[in-house]
Amino acid sequence: MLEIKDLAVKLEEEDKQILKGVNLSVKAGEVHAIMGPNGSGKSTLSYVLSGKDGYDVSQGSALLNGADLLELDPEERAAAGLFLAFQYPVEIPGVGNMTFLRTAVNAQLKARGQDEMSAAEFLKAVRAKAKTLKIDAEMLKRPVNVGFSGGEKKRNEILQMAMLEPKMCILDETDSGLDVDAMKLVSQGVNALRGEGRAFLVITHYQRLLDHIKPDIVHIMADGRIVKTGGPELAVEVENNGYSDILAEVT
Amino acid sequence: MALDNQKFGATRERLDSMILPEVGCTAKARECAIKRIETMGLPHRRDEYWKYTRPDTLIQPVAPTAAVFDSNEPLIFGELDRLKIVFVDGLFNGDLSDDLSLDGVQIDRLEDICCQKNHWAEEFYGTLEARGQSHVERPLAALNTAYAGDGVVIRVTGKLSKPISLIYIHESEVSDVFLHHVVRVDAGAEATILENGPAAARFNKCMEIDIADTGVLHHVRAQGRDHERRAVTHMFARLGKESVFKTFTLTANGVLTRNEMVVELTGDDATAHVSGAALGDGDFHHDDTVFITHNAVNCESRQVFKKVLRNGATGVFQGKILVQPGAQKTDGYQISQSLLLDDDSQFLAKPELEIYADDVVCSHGSTSGAIDDEALFYLRARGVPEGKATDLLTLAFLAEAVDEIERVDLREEINGRLAGWLERRRG
Repeated sequence: MLEIKDLAVKLEEEDKQILKGVNLSVKAGEVHAIMGPNGSGKSTLSYVLSGKDGYDVSQGSALLNGADLLELDPEERAAAGLFLAFQYPVEIPGVGNMTFLRTAVNAQLKARGQDEMSAAEFLKAVRAKAKTLKIDAEMLKRPVNVGFSGGEKKRNEILQMAMLEPKMCILDETDSGLDVDAMKLVSQGVNALRGEGRAFLVITHYQRLLDHIKPDIVHIMADGRIVKTGGPELAVEVENNGYSDILAEVT
Repeated sequence: MALDNQKFGATRERLDSMILPEVGCTAKARECAIKRIETMGLPHRRDEYWKYTRPDTLIQPVAPTAAVFDSNEPLIFGELDRLKIVFVDGLFNGDLSDDLSLDGVQIDRLEDICCQKNHWAEEFYGTLEARGQSHVERPLAALNTAYAGDGVVIRVTGKLSKPISLIYIHESEVSDVFLHHVVRVDAGAEATILENGPAAARFNKCMEIDIADTGVLHHVRAQGRDHERRAVTHMFARLGKESVFKTFTLTANGVLTRNEMVVELTGDDATAHVSGAALGDGDFHHDDTVFITHNAVNCESRQVFKKVLRNGATGVFQGKILVQPGAQKTDGYQISQSLLLDDDSQFLAKPELEIYADDVVCSHGSTSGAIDDEALFYLRARGVPEGKATDLLTLAFLAEAVDEIERVDLREEINGRLAGWLERRRG
C-alpha cells in the first residue's frame, strides 16, 4: 500500500533537516502506529505525505500503490486514496460543513472518473455516518469546524474519512485534546473502517489510543528516523518506561 | 489659483457642453442644482474626497466609449416574479417594461410628474440630494439633478407583492446617461427595489429615497457585465422613526465605478444596513463611498463591504459614521475587507468615525489579506482541486456581505453570479 524509502526532508525556510531517511512499508489491511518524542518528525512525515507546502524533499521516495506521491498535488494524492486526519483541523468560516463534504466527495469521484453523488444520495449517506459518530444535524450545518469543540473537530475528521473512503489513512495525534469518551467514539469510528483494502498509520504520543485502535506494528521515531519497530508490546514498553530507555538502547 | 482655474475651467466646459432638459416643474430644482455646481465646481483629482479615484473621465464633456459586452449569460433576477421597468441607454422603454400598475405603489416617469398639479414627487426632486451636500460636496449628484433626462418616481403606499425591478440595458458604445429616481415609502409600507444592468458607456445615476416612520425598503443592485463601462451613482436616503433601509450592491467588472451612499437616520429607532460585494479583475477600479449620519436616538447602522481583487485591480472604500449631538444609544458598525488574489492588486480604505454623543457604540475595521494557506491546504487534502478550493474560500470571504440580503432567493441570485464570475476566470 504505502512504501516510503530513505525519505529525507528539510524545512524550506530554515534549511533545517527534519526527516533523515525514513523507511516504512505498510501493507493493505494493516494498522501501523508511529510513536516518538516531541520534535522527532512524526507530524512532518504526515504533512510531507499529504503534500503540504514548505517542505523540501532532498532524497527518497513515497509510493502509494505504486503512484509516486511526491509528484502529485495534494488533491491528486487525496483522489489516489490518501487521507490525513489533521492534528489541528482547520476552521473555515463561511463554508458550510455539508457543502465542504459534498464538494470533496464529488471532486474525488470526478477525479477517479466516477459518477458524482446526487444531493439525495449524499444526504442519506452523511446522515447515517454522522449518527454513528454522534454528530448532530446542527453540526453539519455549521461552517467547517467553526465553534466546534476539540472532540467535535476530531469526530468531524473521522466523518470526512468515512465519507471519502480512502485507502491509506494517516491519523496525526487524533487523541490530542480528547476526553476518554470522545476517544472511544473516535476509535470506534476508525475501527469500523478497518478492513482488507484499507491501511492506517496512527501517529500518537501515548499508548492510550492504541488500547482502542489496536495496531499490528509499532514504530518508534526519533530525530527524523524510525529507530525501532516491533509489535503492540512496544507501545506498552513506551508507556511504562518512557522513550529514554529505548533511545539509549538504539543510539 | 491654478488649481481653482483648472477645476472651474473644467466645470464650465462640462456645463457648456450640456443642454438642460425641458421639464417644467423640476426646472427650479435644476436651476438650484446648477448654482450648487457652479459654487462647488466638479470634482478634481486634487480634491480630498477624490484622492483614490480619478474623476477626469466622469466629468470630461464627451464620454469615453465603452464596447457593449457580448455574453450569453442571461441577465440577473430573470427568474423572479417582479415588475420590470426597462431603460435602454437611459431612455424608458415601454415595450420592454411591464404595465406600471401594481397594488400599493404609484409609479410615474420623471417627465410625467410635471403633467400633474402638486405631484407628490415635486417636493422631493433634488431635495435630498441638496441636503446630502451638507458635510461633503457631491457635485456629480447635483449635475445629475440638473441634467437627468429620465427616471421614475415611485411612491410605495402598501406592502408590495413583488419587487420593482429597474433594468438598465446598454446598447450604444457612446451613450452618456443621467437617470434620476425618487422613491418614497409611506408609513408602514414595504417594498423591494432591484436594479441591474450596465446602463451606458458612462452612467450617472441618482436615487433619492425618503422612508417615512415604520416604512421598510430593501434594495439589491447588481452592476456588472460590461468591462469598459463607467458609472458614478448616488443614493440619498432619509430614514424616519422605526424605519428600515437595507441596501446591497454587487459590482463585477467596469473600468470605473464610484458608488456614493448617503444615509441620514432622522427618526428614533431606525435601522440602516449598507453592504456590497465587488469582484475586480485587471483595470477594474471600484469605489464605495459611504456617509451615514445618526441624527436620532437608538438607531442602528451597519456597513459591510467586501472586495475580491486580482490582476492589478483597485478597490476603494471611504466610509464614515457621523454621530450628531444628541444621537444617543447609536449602534454603528463598519467593516471593509479585501481579498487580494495577487501582489499587483490594491485596496485603499479610509474608515472614519466622528462622534458628538457620549452614549454610543461604534466600531470599525478594515483589512486586506490573501487566501488562507492553511484552509486552502485543508480543502486540497480532502480532494478539492486548487481552483475550486480558492473559489470556495473566496465565496466564504464574500458571504458576510451577501448575507446582509434578507431574501433568500435574492441572496442565491447574487451567489450564483459570484460563483459564475469566479468560475469563468478559472477557465
